[in-house]
Amino acid sequence: MSESPSGRVRAVVSAPSRAAGGFLAYLVLGVLAVLFLVPSLWMVFASVDPEPSLRAGPPSGFTLDHFTSIMTPEIVYRPIWNSILTCGGAAVITAVCSMLAAYPISRYNLRFKKPFLYTVLFATGLPVTAIMVPVYGMFVQANLLNSLVATTLFLAASTLPFGIWLTKNFIDGIPITLEEAAWVDGASAWQSIRYLVAPLLAPGLAVVAIFTLVTTWGNFFVPFILLTSPDKMPAAVRVFTFFGQYGSVRYGELAAYSLLYTVPVVVLYMAVSRALGGRFALGGAVKG
Amino acid sequence: MASVRPRRPLPRAARWVIPMAPALFLLLAFFAGPILWTVWASLTNAALTGAQAAQTEFVGLDNFGELLSDPRFRTATLLTVVFLVGCVFGQTVLGLALALLLQNRNGAVRAVVGAIVVGAWVVPEVVAGFVWYAFLEREGTLNSVLAWFGAGPQNWLFTAPLLAVVLANIWKGTAFSMMTYSAGLSEVPEDLKEAARVDGASGFQVLWHVVIPLLRRTLATTLLLITLQTVQVFTLIFVMTSGGPGARSTTLPLLMYQEALRMGDLGYGTAIALALLVVAGLFSVVYVWMLRKEENR
Repeated sequence: MSESPSGRVRAVVSAPSRAAGGFLAYLVLGVLAVLFLVPSLWMVFASVDPEPSLRAGPPSGFTLDHFTSIMTPEIVYRPIWNSILTCGGAAVITAVCSMLAAYPISRYNLRFKKPFLYTVLFATGLPVTAIMVPVYGMFVQANLLNSLVATTLFLAASTLPFGIWLTKNFIDGIPITLEEAAWVDGASAWQSIRYLVAPLLAPGLAVVAIFTLVTTWGNFFVPFILLTSPDKMPAAVRVFTFFGQYGSVRYGELAAYSLLYTVPVVVLYMAVSRALGGRFALGGAVKG
Repeated sequence: MASVRPRRPLPRAARWVIPMAPALFLLLAFFAGPILWTVWASLTNAALTGAQAAQTEFVGLDNFGELLSDPRFRTATLLTVVFLVGCVFGQTVLGLALALLLQNRNGAVRAVVGAIVVGAWVVPEVVAGFVWYAFLEREGTLNSVLAWFGAGPQNWLFTAPLLAVVLANIWKGTAFSMMTYSAGLSEVPEDLKEAARVDGASGFQVLWHVVIPLLRRTLATTLLLITLQTVQVFTLIFVMTSGGPGARSTTLPLLMYQEALRMGDLGYGTAIALALLVVAGLFSVVYVWMLRKEENR
């Protein structure tokens, strides 16, 4: 076989071309990184620029006036509080309901287990946007429009299929032998869940809750349709109406508000991806 | 203590009915219910106000007939398809390219580039809309960059609205495909690639004949999930162009919103919602079917 000499020649030839390829790769990565970064630079620069415009450029000075001027109950505090109520409520409800529903699915031999799981998975693919028109009709008829509680319940329901799916996978990861040992020692099913499964599942449930919080915090369409009065608007809708009112003049304040509204989800997202060891992709989680 | 008192064992079904009840209630009331109502309402002339609101009548398939003969619906469908194809293509190519380029790079480069791309994905949709509005507006960043090359300013949201929203959505969504492809690439065995290289395959040949075929399933699931996400994009377009100018960026979700909620024609809007649900439902069935095949292998 003439494999070894030709292999050696190839190795000699390919070394410099590999280095060139490496340089090219870094160049392309650099360009892509800049392209991805440039649009959002505007938000950061304009929020501290004393003379903000739509143009992203190094600020002509540094000021926090834009932040202080929007810090009023009507513009920031109330909407952020509404966001915390609806999204936080949805996160807690989704986590609790997911745990309760996923436990029997993971542990018991149920006849409808597979069909139910596939239905849940199917539901994760359905567009929430498309359901909003019938939901609106339903809310009008049931007199639930403009109710924070009903909106919270709807947000929880919309994230529940994914939550159940995720939680079921987390419970599958807890060895059932632990529970069997507890049962042998005389623990009831409830006790084994309370003292054994729940603590082991806590990190997983935190992931489900934070995931729900991140998705619902960014959701604009649902509260835009279901909550009509200004005092119930969450930040997602308020920042949009701010854009409609002053978007073409008060760029600095719009940028500052956008930044304020964005930072919590970025922090939460980083917390989750850190917790799952960096290789966290919600897409990967969907794949089960 | 409750556990000391002898208790009658619960009937078997109660073991799952009770814990699953809250989840089932929420899903039936807020998910299955509205979908069934969609099917019903799309067959009626339900309206929010006026005489029709009081007297809802069964009109059969009239809404669908009206829909199909309505030029606005056909335009919106066409725009949705273009938007969908553009976004899915762009996100797949960019996401795969980023995943391939970032593979085996040093940690710092991976962390920085990854954080920048994922940052665009984590930003809420409304804010992404503002950011791109500022970027493409007449007074925006893009024009000041283009001015260096001597190009005159123009409002890109007006001259190329669909391209603008496609670009913005690619910017926002690429991180998702990048992450799934990175995960998929890390599962491709190194020795297979090495073997192909020893046999004299070029870098591109290794990619095309070894890596991509092994990524097939990841590619398929990711394509499906992107499609499901993209078909329902509303907020980004609404913030950037609100469907305009005219109807040049009015995709189906925007038309649905305008008809059902702005004009109050629930029946017509619901028919669009049903069309969207059916399309997404088909994709979703394929997705479940693929995962199931994988599980049964």
